[in-house]
Amino acid sequence: MIIEIGHYALILALATALVVSVVPVIGARRLDRAMMDLASVGSLAMFALVAFSFAVLTYAHVVSDFSVANVWENSHSLVPLLFKLSGVWGNHEGSMMLWLLILVLFSALVALFGRNLPDTLRANVLAVQAWISVAFILFILLTSNPFMRLDPAPAEGKDLNPVLQDVGLAIHPPLLYLGYVGFSVCFSFAVAALLEGRIDAAWARWVRPWTLAAWTFLTLGIAMGSYWAYYELGWGGWWFWDPVENASFMPWLAGTALLHSALVMEKREALKIWTVLLAILTFSLSLMGTFLVRSGVLTSVHAFASDPTRGVFVLFILLIFIGGSLSLFAFRAPQLSAGGLFAPISREGALVLNNLILTVACGTVLTGTLYPLLLETLTGDKISVGPPFFNMTFGLLMAPLLVIVPFGPLLAWKRGDLLAVLQRLYLVAILAFVVAVVFFYVQHGGPVLAVLGLAAALFLIFGAIADLWYRAGVGKVAASVAWRRLAGLPRSAFGTALAHAGLGVAVLGIVAVTTFETEHVIEMKPGQTVEAGGYAVRFDGMKPATGPNYSEERGHFTISRGGVEVADVWSSKRVYTARQMPTTEAGIVTFGLSQLYVSLGDPTNDGGMVVRIWWKPFILCIWGGAVIMAIGGFVSLSDRRLRVGAPNRRAKPLRPALEPAE
Amino acid sequence: MTRKQKRLAVIGGGMSFIIAAVLLVMFAFSQSVAYFYMPSDLAKTPVAPETRIRLGGLVGEGSIVRGNGSTVLFAVTDPSGESVRVRYAGILPDLFREGQGVVTEGRFEGASHEFVADTVLAKHDEKYMPKEVADKLKEQGLWQHAGEPQ
Repeated sequence: MIIEIGHYALILALATALVVSVVPVIGARRLDRAMMDLASVGSLAMFALVAFSFAVLTYAHVVSDFSVANVWENSHSLVPLLFKLSGVWGNHEGSMMLWLLILVLFSALVALFGRNLPDTLRANVLAVQAWISVAFILFILLTSNPFMRLDPAPAEGKDLNPVLQDVGLAIHPPLLYLGYVGFSVCFSFAVAALLEGRIDAAWARWVRPWTLAAWTFLTLGIAMGSYWAYYELGWGGWWFWDPVENASFMPWLAGTALLHSALVMEKREALKIWTVLLAILTFSLSLMGTFLVRSGVLTSVHAFASDPTRGVFVLFILLIFIGGSLSLFAFRAPQLSAGGLFAPISREGALVLNNLILTVACGTVLTGTLYPLLLETLTGDKISVGPPFFNMTFGLLMAPLLVIVPFGPLLAWKRGDLLAVLQRLYLVAILAFVVAVVFFYVQHGGPVLAVLGLAAALFLIFGAIADLWYRAGVGKVAASVAWRRLAGLPRSAFGTALAHAGLGVAVLGIVAVTTFETEHVIEMKPGQTVEAGGYAVRFDGMKPATGPNYSEERGHFTISRGGVEVADVWSSKRVYTARQMPTTEAGIVTFGLSQLYVSLGDPTNDGGMVVRIWWKPFILCIWGGAVIMAIGGFVSLSDRRLRVGAPNRRAKPLRPALEPAE
Repeated sequence: MTRKQKRLAVIGGGMSFIIAAVLLVMFAFSQSVAYFYMPSDLAKTPVAPETRIRLGGLVGEGSIVRGNGSTVLFAVTDPSGESVRVRYAGILPDLFREGQGVVTEGRFEGASHEFVADTVLAKHDEKYMPKEVADKLKEQGLWQHAGEPQ
């Protein structure tokens, strides 16, 4: 019975979403207050209904109600509670429910914190959010209903896919969706602005916190997904340029560009049309990502059984929203006032360069991801575009960005003095280069190009510190004054510095791992030792073991350095009983920022095991860097000037907003 | 510089970056794209040795032979009866089994008929059939719903 109520709540949510889609828009046209206010109430009701529906599905998973097809297919009574909970979104239907839940959550947040928005803008934004909600509720109800019943109810479930039985599943999808779906708010703001036919700097100030929040979560989500794939799949890679990965990376690139262009719009009232377009494109890429992941049109290492008919539905949603919003853009953009011109050498000039590089790089990722699909449709040839393509194009195009990032914050708005910035940064650059050479020498080896990569990474980190240093005036004023100035800097300055330094840390990790990593794939017999990264890894032997819903063969390894035992690790091959599905659980030992990664292969004919051992120097920098970037995002978000709902009065009144185009 | 010249310089700079990117993408495509073949395709139109390709099909029944150390030999077959010998040094994915769909990436070494794979694709899901393999099997009318979702 409760299951049917959950289903019914979802249908009610659809009805509510339909009302919120239409009434507030009419209200905004007629300036009818009551009709516009319906948007906020409706969005909160929608959230309550979807949240209830989601809770019902969660309940069904927790109590293992196998009369629900979704639970039967993806759960098992022996699965630990954490995986019963996270298993709710560990399948197609449930993950779409999570998508929807987060979408309506954002609508509710806009309704709650958007009180300072003009009434018409808020009504329109919430209406656009409701359009997206209608599309996805319909998608769930018509093609992916998680509340389908089975009669008679089976006694036992088919188990959750073993690869998903991991804390990663509890953390990664919610974070990723908070990012990905969070960009819907930017999209709704953009469409609402186009509907109203006017846009000004204040618009950018309202959009920026949402962009920043979505971007921060997406950064964490991608990093978490990368780390999860790294330790769970057992083949030691952290990024494969796989379509499913690209699907989340493209909105991140576009979102990063949006974050920076909104800054220009807020401060200088320039790049308005571009920012609106970017807001539309960012969410379009999120939608396209959902399509790529859910339809299975592309071969992915992360692919699950998928259903093409569902893909067609998502494709329709995609076409309607992208096509519709871009048509609206083409129709309205000429009526929006263009921003002023500015000097190329200035903060805004640097931010434009940032946007150019990020969007072009995003374009190459898009091309590489979709080209196989296009070629297959046109000629029937099946091809795969792999890491060499992306490394060559994306890598080369992004390289200049790494070098110019430290310049941006040091340049002044309007008219920057490049020479003065160079004077401030040349010492930083020399320091970065020297440290890179020393680092390279200590790690001994690798291509000389790595020195440049390391230097660029360190230049980013030191440059971020230098930015704060100069802002505080360290060395120019008394230490106490400098300290007070530093403490008085706006939080967003620290956020910027942290995010840029985090990027540097991540790049450092990427370059170090790519250059200095070592890999051994060998046959080992008990007692045998292999040298990796200065550590001796001894294989002690295999031992059987059992877990709650699996049995495994565990290999024990002892790690020593200079004859002294420093660590030991288990690496195992598991077979999950219900599905008879094998998985590899890698053994990972962390030394500082580096890791030893031991993964088991198959037994050989003469009683040995095939073992794969990697030494991954500074690998934790990759994810650590992403976490630092996200911390930067949160710090910036806590800035009073950006805080959602904070009063946005200015000392000088804004230039009067342009009249509506009609 | 006048306003107009400045604007031209900015637009010109942006355009040349985009053009450079397009050329780079085209060059990268010509260098690094791997075409997908099934054994029966190779029987009809052989590829030149040392060309990087993806080879997909089913792992031949009883064809897996362990060589020295981590080397594994197996055959990739397709239902038309054609098969290709594959040599791979490394760890096979967990779901690698005889009779299952597989996608490998590598090249034919020299003039030999042995395919040297450096990648054997792993899948997260035991119900999953590589899409290329499924499509080709469907074309040949031999699809048995083995990989279809429930």
